[in-house]
Amino acid sequence: MPDRLIELKDVAKSYGRVFAVGGVNLHVDRGEVVGLIGDNGAGKSTLIKMLAGAIQPTSGQIFVRGVAQPHWNAARSRDAGIETVFQDRALCVQQTIVRNIFLGRELTNWLGMLDPGKERREAERLMREIGFTSKVFSPDSIVGQLSGGERQGVALARAIYNKADLIVMDEPTTALSLTETEKVFRFVRTVRAGGRSVLFIGHNIHHVFDIAERFVVMDRGRVALHATKTEVGSAERLIAFMEKLAHPEGIASFDPSHNGAVA
Amino acid sequence: MSLELESVETGAARVKRPPDGALRRFFDANRAAVGTFAVFVVMIGLFMFASPRVFLSWPIYNSVLVTLPVALCLVTPLVFIVTVGEIDLSFPATMGFAAWIFALIVQAGYNPVLAILGAVVMGMALGLGVGALVVIANLSSLIATLGMNFMLRGFIMIITQGKSIALLSLMDSTTGSVLSGQIAGFPVQIFWALGFVVFAALLFNRHRFGARVKAVGDNPDSAGQMGISVNQVRIATFVFMGLGAALAGIFTTMVNYTWWPTTGDGYLLPAIASVFVGGTPTWGGVGTIVGGAFGALIVSFIQSGVVAAGLSGFYVQFFNGLIIILALLGHRWNQKRYR
Repeated sequence: MPDRLIELKDVAKSYGRVFAVGGVNLHVDRGEVVGLIGDNGAGKSTLIKMLAGAIQPTSGQIFVRGVAQPHWNAARSRDAGIETVFQDRALCVQQTIVRNIFLGRELTNWLGMLDPGKERREAERLMREIGFTSKVFSPDSIVGQLSGGERQGVALARAIYNKADLIVMDEPTTALSLTETEKVFRFVRTVRAGGRSVLFIGHNIHHVFDIAERFVVMDRGRVALHATKTEVGSAERLIAFMEKLAHPEGIASFDPSHNGAVA
Repeated sequence: MSLELESVETGAARVKRPPDGALRRFFDANRAAVGTFAVFVVMIGLFMFASPRVFLSWPIYNSVLVTLPVALCLVTPLVFIVTVGEIDLSFPATMGFAAWIFALIVQAGYNPVLAILGAVVMGMALGLGVGALVVIANLSSLIATLGMNFMLRGFIMIITQGKSIALLSLMDSTTGSVLSGQIAGFPVQIFWALGFVVFAALLFNRHRFGARVKAVGDNPDSAGQMGISVNQVRIATFVFMGLGAALAGIFTTMVNYTWWPTTGDGYLLPAIASVFVGGTPTWGGVGTIVGGAFGALIVSFIQSGVVAAGLSGFYVQFFNGLIIILALLGHRWNQKRYR
């Protein structure tokens, strides 16, 4: 039995009569990188927002290390060791890098007074650790002055500070340059090497295939495929499967027994 | 034809890391406050030039120091509210209401300390009510707090039938000297008010609460996604406003040892103007307590300054407006909005 970190059971989210996510089963084990793919509107972002506690599921259950979580919210999700790098990066752009890294997790004394010296040192260290350093900004720089890649660096630094067990990354390479994308990959590998898990959501199937060991394909709010890298074989086969989903009349290239099955 | 890739030396200066010294950091972090202070210095300079006899002697400053504490107690919490992305127009009525409780408890013969406590609790409770109304019912704070202002003031008028309460028993008492006496020739209220400003500035700049107020005002979605309880933070700013309004109400009442049912009226627009003159922008996420305090100082001075400078009272409004517009223009030029 692998070390199960997170498990979603029959998790669904509906807005009125529209199902954004309908009855999804998904799990992430300790120390693995799972790739979550699917077209626009497949429900990926809704799913990870539920995992992050930013929105509440309409039905279904979330288990953390085997324990059901009845009152799930953003603070509980972070307490449980889940850090999410949101697609929009969830930054406050008028605040400094330091304030964003410690957003909602301020380093304070027992009175709640901030410890600016310690926060500054930690921020410098984190930015250095993930390779997003620059001569043109300091921890006191305003995030609004940074480029897209640098902002992503701030979001990543925030995600690793807490030594989270699972880092969820929603389209982390969108709109990044090649070198910045490479930095994100190096980040994922470092996290993985440290025995932690990553749930990597992506549009670019080549990116996801390179970085992940197991794949979950979503289609119109449901899981269409659970497969390991060996089972998938190549990025091209994964792309072919996605095309088949989008155009069902196309050729089937996958063993249907995997469809919707929980691995 | 071959394609050669070589880096182009544009000759442009290499981007340098901005100077990182403590002084530079201070100016960067306090641009608006420093700017407001500059406006104040220029204004006082002009007043001194126009009327040296008045502005180079003490009484004019003393008279400002009596009215300023009330403004400071209102302006500093208002900076929190504007920074969190809301507005409060109900604080004048809250101020009157809390001061009413203070007056009633004193009138009933209880210990004045109990009266202060009662007023503060009432102010915070009203703040909680207004905040909950705005945040939980998701109403526009501009309209909802305007409604609350009318309603609370109306309630006071209905119950008191417009009658004031004299608190002459407090004259020559310990409470009287603690709340409206003199220390070394300075009105004692100014020390209390400065203490309150320092407390608010620490809360705003050095405490988790201030950091969260700014984060929520900056981007409530991001703040919520990072586990900050956005509604709680918003409501807390209204509670703090209630606290400030209660203190302002007590000070106003103690200046004349009389509570009027109109207590607090007339502070609405000057207090709001002070926040923006102080350099807190309207869009939320950033603000300055010290700037707001200087803003209050500027607005308090215009009134006495214009008259003392020998102009008729008719000029007060005009100069009030002029200074506000000039200050806003200055801040516009001095600060950039990041998105």
